[in-house]
Amino acid sequence: MEDRTTAPPAPGTTPRAGLALEQRLVFVLGKGGVGRTTMAAALGLLYAHRGARTVIAELSGRGELLSAFGRPPTDPASPAPNDEIEVIERLYAVQIEPDRALAEYLHEQLPLRVLADVFGATRTLGFLAAATPGLAELLSAGKIWELAQPERIIPGARPYERVIVDAPASGHSIALLAAPQAFARTARTGPIARQAARISEALLDRTQTALLAVATPEEAAVSELLELQEALRRELGRELDTVLVNAMPPARFEDGDARVLEDALAGGAALSEDVRRALARAIADDRELRAARTQVERLAGALPGTPLIELALSRGGEFGAAELQTLAQGLGEAL
Amino acid sequence: MKSADKATAGAFPPDEVGLRDVLRDRRMCICVGTGGVGKTTSAAAIAIGLAADGRRVALVTIDPSRRLAGALGLSELSNEPQLLSSEHLAPVGIALRGEVWAMVLDPKRTFDELITRLAPDERARERVFANHIYRELSGAVGGSHEFTAIAKLYELDRDGGYDAIVLDTPPARNALEFVRAPQRLMQFFDVPALRLLLAPAGFGARVASHAAAPALALLRRLVGVDLLTEIALFFGAVGGSISGFRERARAVEALLHDPATVCVLVSSPRGEAVRESLSFARALRDADLPLGALIVNRVHEEPARAADLDAVEAALVPALGARLSRQVSASLADSQRRAQRDQIGIGRLRAELGDLPLTVVAQIDGPVGDLEMLGAVARRLFGEPVQAP
Repeated sequence: MEDRTTAPPAPGTTPRAGLALEQRLVFVLGKGGVGRTTMAAALGLLYAHRGARTVIAELSGRGELLSAFGRPPTDPASPAPNDEIEVIERLYAVQIEPDRALAEYLHEQLPLRVLADVFGATRTLGFLAAATPGLAELLSAGKIWELAQPERIIPGARPYERVIVDAPASGHSIALLAAPQAFARTARTGPIARQAARISEALLDRTQTALLAVATPEEAAVSELLELQEALRRELGRELDTVLVNAMPPARFEDGDARVLEDALAGGAALSEDVRRALARAIADDRELRAARTQVERLAGALPGTPLIELALSRGGEFGAAELQTLAQGLGEAL
Repeated sequence: MKSADKATAGAFPPDEVGLRDVLRDRRMCICVGTGGVGKTTSAAAIAIGLAADGRRVALVTIDPSRRLAGALGLSELSNEPQLLSSEHLAPVGIALRGEVWAMVLDPKRTFDELITRLAPDERARERVFANHIYRELSGAVGGSHEFTAIAKLYELDRDGGYDAIVLDTPPARNALEFVRAPQRLMQFFDVPALRLLLAPAGFGARVASHAAAPALALLRRLVGVDLLTEIALFFGAVGGSISGFRERARAVEALLHDPATVCVLVSSPRGEAVRESLSFARALRDADLPLGALIVNRVHEEPARAADLDAVEAALVPALGARLSRQVSASLADSQRRAQRDQIGIGRLRAELGDLPLTVVAQIDGPVGDLEMLGAVARRLFGEPVQAP
């Protein structure tokens, strides 16, 4: 595993690397396919190894997280939504479903004597939540907030020291983070207004909540990450706290190698087919590495002062526990 | 185009059915798939391929994904369909006998347009636009994207004068989110307790009134009077155009199940993407939606015969020295491993979706311009196009 922190802190600022380790709540954001779930899992593993009782909350509803820890997502024995499942010692996984979050909210809000009405109310409110723009996002954000409370609101639930959120793809993440603020403004009074204001305050507070974004060193992923930062600033007045650059190609080649490789390929009519193949591959890999570095520089240039952590490209093979361990270790060294 | 692309073309099974056959009699092509698998580029390539055959194509994507403009080599696209000029598309290297009109749906603007069109009168329209829920939230959230997208598809299909529509769906919680969005909005109006909220004699007053039904009293307590009033006003205002919404939801439903509609599943051969694609495919089939083809993008390919890495390294040492030779051989070793891993992924897709036409698109090495990339993918999907006379 090769990790290099490429972006030096801007002169006169305190390095903020490591900040992600101090907040109780960490959102892992980014475009689809950049390894968001993997990073959330690796981060969870790291925290758990360091002794913190940790939960990873998955919002995508795909059950990818469980399969990363060796549980088939389609297993009929797999947990119901909002169940907190211990996947390894001290590390829990939970899939957040707005409907279940709503039911929990109702139980918490209502005294026992009206519980008979709860089913009807849940049904009605369920429709309301599904149809009212933003309410599903508010409920999800509320559940995340609840997981992060030093004293849990769910009776009997034990608190976590760390909550990691495997957030939905970029645009939907903004909706999730912005919903509490929007509802606090719209509702003005009443239980939802109060709750939304509390959640919003926690999410916007950099000492309580870290926003960590993942990108691969590719044009599209970097552009989307920069758009995400722009949207966060515009909608929430927030900055990203840390950026993880995932799948950096290995730094095999040095300056000047490209030329030597190209000369060898051009000059060698007598080369075997395998050798030609190898040279062509090496030339392509060298180009890819340089393109990746250009993208990292683009990120660093656009986000001065935001720590960038690079993580190496997986060397193939099926993604599994060993891979996660390696990633967690890499993160641990960088953070 | 890229020599690498051509060099590997022979490696594909000869029995593959081209997308062209699948799309021949279709009017609507919905590209679905998980994030980061080249869905947008695939959708654009499909539009190019259809236009090469002479069709007038609308290529539609949904904000917040701004990828489409990039994939088409444009700095910007808007809510209004934009004709891609043949000069602009020259680097694609494919002559279009038809046209491609590209657009990015801005959910908020599309929703505004929809309200404007469906509201019975100006007062009703202004009521919607003034509503807090509508202003703060309708453009920003999950369901709205999907809802506005399919409402717009219906319009494009009915009024646009296009021969084909290609939709690049937004990254969703699941494949069906965009299909279910209209029903979700509609069902609000079918729940008795919520209909009470909308009762004609001043729903706002009714919410605040103590005489309201017990269910309403409970809702008031749980949600708060202000918010419930806003929600009631929102649905009351939108509900003014209810018959329009209903008609639309039904028409979209019919369109989705029309024999002229087909879904194309886009995947990559990587483990996570394969798992998700399989679950997408199952969901589409369960919902009785026509899944017509599978595209597997970003496949690393190497010849089936593995190279002798030690021999390669030894042969290179005299010219390159020990360090560089070792790196070159390691580079090839990784590439062979990746190719092997990708074959396993494709095998899993074939095993479960073997009845679908499957097109493998090789990873294209090196810095390639957006439009060249698009051309390469279109060629891979449709074969060498017939040149315009």
